[in-house]
Amino acid sequence: MALLLKNAHVVDPSVELDGVVDVLIDGDKIAEVGENLAVEGAEVRDLSGKYLVPGLVDMHVHLREPGYEVKEDIESGTRAAAKGGFTGVCAMPNTDPVTDNGTVVEFVKSRAAEVGHCRVYPSGAMTRGLKGEAMSEMGDMVAHGAVAFTDDGRGVQGAGMLRRCMDYGKMFGKVFMSHCQDEDLVGHGQINEGKVSTRLALEGWPAAGEELQIARDIEIAKLTGAKLHIQHISTAHGLELVRAGKAAGVQVTCEATPHHMFLTENDLDETYNTSLKVNPPLRTDEDAEAIRQGVIDGTVDAIVTDHAPHTPWEKAREFELAPFGMIGLETSLSLVLTELVNTGKMSVSRMVELMAIKPREILGLDQVQVKAGSVADLTVFDPSATWTVGEDGYESRAENSGFAGRTLTGRATDVFVGGKQTLADGCIC
Amino acid sequence: MAFNHKHLIDITEYSEEDIKLILETAKAFSEVNERAIKKVPTLKGKTIVNMFNEPSTRTRSSFELAEKRLSADSLNFGGSSTSTVKGESLVDTVETLNAYKIDCIVVRDKHAGAPYIVTQNSPASVICAGDGKHNHPTQALLDLYTIWEHKGDFHGLKVAVVGDIAHSRVCGSLIPALKIMGCETYAVAPGTLLPPAPEVLGCDHVTSDLDSVLPELDVVYMLRVQQERLEGAPFPTIREYHKLFGLTKDREKLMKPDAIICHPGPINRGVEFDSYMADHPQRSVILEQVYAGICVRMAILYLLLGGADNGLAS
Repeated sequence: MALLLKNAHVVDPSVELDGVVDVLIDGDKIAEVGENLAVEGAEVRDLSGKYLVPGLVDMHVHLREPGYEVKEDIESGTRAAAKGGFTGVCAMPNTDPVTDNGTVVEFVKSRAAEVGHCRVYPSGAMTRGLKGEAMSEMGDMVAHGAVAFTDDGRGVQGAGMLRRCMDYGKMFGKVFMSHCQDEDLVGHGQINEGKVSTRLALEGWPAAGEELQIARDIEIAKLTGAKLHIQHISTAHGLELVRAGKAAGVQVTCEATPHHMFLTENDLDETYNTSLKVNPPLRTDEDAEAIRQGVIDGTVDAIVTDHAPHTPWEKAREFELAPFGMIGLETSLSLVLTELVNTGKMSVSRMVELMAIKPREILGLDQVQVKAGSVADLTVFDPSATWTVGEDGYESRAENSGFAGRTLTGRATDVFVGGKQTLADGCIC
Repeated sequence: MAFNHKHLIDITEYSEEDIKLILETAKAFSEVNERAIKKVPTLKGKTIVNMFNEPSTRTRSSFELAEKRLSADSLNFGGSSTSTVKGESLVDTVETLNAYKIDCIVVRDKHAGAPYIVTQNSPASVICAGDGKHNHPTQALLDLYTIWEHKGDFHGLKVAVVGDIAHSRVCGSLIPALKIMGCETYAVAPGTLLPPAPEVLGCDHVTSDLDSVLPELDVVYMLRVQQERLEGAPFPTIREYHKLFGLTKDREKLMKPDAIICHPGPINRGVEFDSYMADHPQRSVILEQVYAGICVRMAILYLLLGGADNGLAS
């Protein structure tokens, strides 16, 4: 039966929509978009006061399956995605076994088809075993559906190795996504190097350790002509490097996480909260401000979560022993609405670019547009719904949110993936 | 005077008055340590666990003696037999200790922040006996005690720490403690042995030129070059380090006549100083620091565990 979504404020800059219109979903597609639609026999849902936008995509997520199902699996991770308003996620390849061959790509895809609550776009490792030593079978992974290459969790340490990967892999037309971290400079760095690392006596993770590889990777992208995407950018100077690369015509894009925008090293104190241990680390106030500015002005192309679930017992350890990462799928949209949109700093339209249009463009996915004939991957959110992070638990198997206890305004209420509802009135379908 | 602390893990939570009370209490206990029968019943019936999750001889011995002289029952828990070696988490180890019904846990751990985790998982009083490169508050207190014995007053004293400040848990507590007491502080080290932001600890002056500051100093606190903690050598050779940062007989002429030399031990002759300075009868107070450790630890155990007033005067 067709479903008529009435009275939502529809925002889709790709078709210049920004106003109240009705949307008719029939099967897996949008059948019609227009004012005051009336369709006989269609189920009608009134979405007054809510926004309807092209389905959100988080292009940086750790679903942990195969190998680390104790932290998260494809079912629970995609549940969290649906709860957070996403219709698709790009899964990182640091699984066990590493997603560095077509077989694992195929496994991730088939599990997602079987148990997933959203679309899962697998990325493949650039190098075998994420070791930075030998190239993975990039062609085979693409043949099985990999959308991007990355050694996320590590940077490819050798410049020559990265160049070989890009020179070889560029024939597949996929983007190379870089986790930028010079391991010799960063060592066992735990938190941003500076005042807080001195006070807490934790080994510093200097900004330069990230910026060196951002600069290097942009140069290698220029040299090879490959498409480069800088992951989870965290420093003001790193952003300047990307800005300069773009201005020079290099094919470079970048992403930023809510935690690098809305948390800083100053949130770390003598309680050594391991939920705030992330890689790259939380930086300074000035860095966070620069990232927020870059998100607003277009230097940052995509907002991602780097959703990194861990078990409670792994995080309940001494700071230096706890693993890096925090979950983010269920808070990302709400944080962006609360901190940037509801405060008037950024339009919903810009948010749609950052969280739906650009991620699809960078990953080479078909665009979803709110117009007749498009696939019905849609996100509906209530901009005024107020809730407290963690109060009612999480859909994710993990609880390591750095925003626990924060009250947010704005939340996804309904999500449609290929016309099928995955979230209805805030509940997983 | 009111002493409202349950734990000693972060010296910056203590006021100048708190620290003075600890020093004065330590002074009172000093007398016990001079007796033929070096024991008072102050903490009789209290159980104290020395949980040392990393090797330590001096600090543990000092705590143990302090506990025994106060008549507490003490239990050494750790070393190569620790449950952590068998894969148990710190939290689970602490839960096990709680089940023993104990009153105090003295924690030494190689990870910064471990004592805080213990406070969150145990009803016992917690004393930090050194965590990672972070804090070592009882060391700072015994240093203050020694300085106090020699100088009488802290206000305006010029104190330098020389050497491996970046990897020193001693500095993490000593420098803030010196600031609380009103001293002026100097950090002297090559860039490789300085933390990223020394001013955060309370360093008023930072220099790599020992000779330029030596004439101003009342206390020269030499740090051990902690070779087991140094990943990638931070200076080219011991010879060059000794030449640039070693306290030698030649440098004595630059020092104030009454300047004293401290060191947290164990000392490395030929590195931080030569034997002339290490053993200097007027200036070197290194063994007095060791003695002060017993007195100060007796004082802090007494104050934290509310040892009633049955022992001190007896």
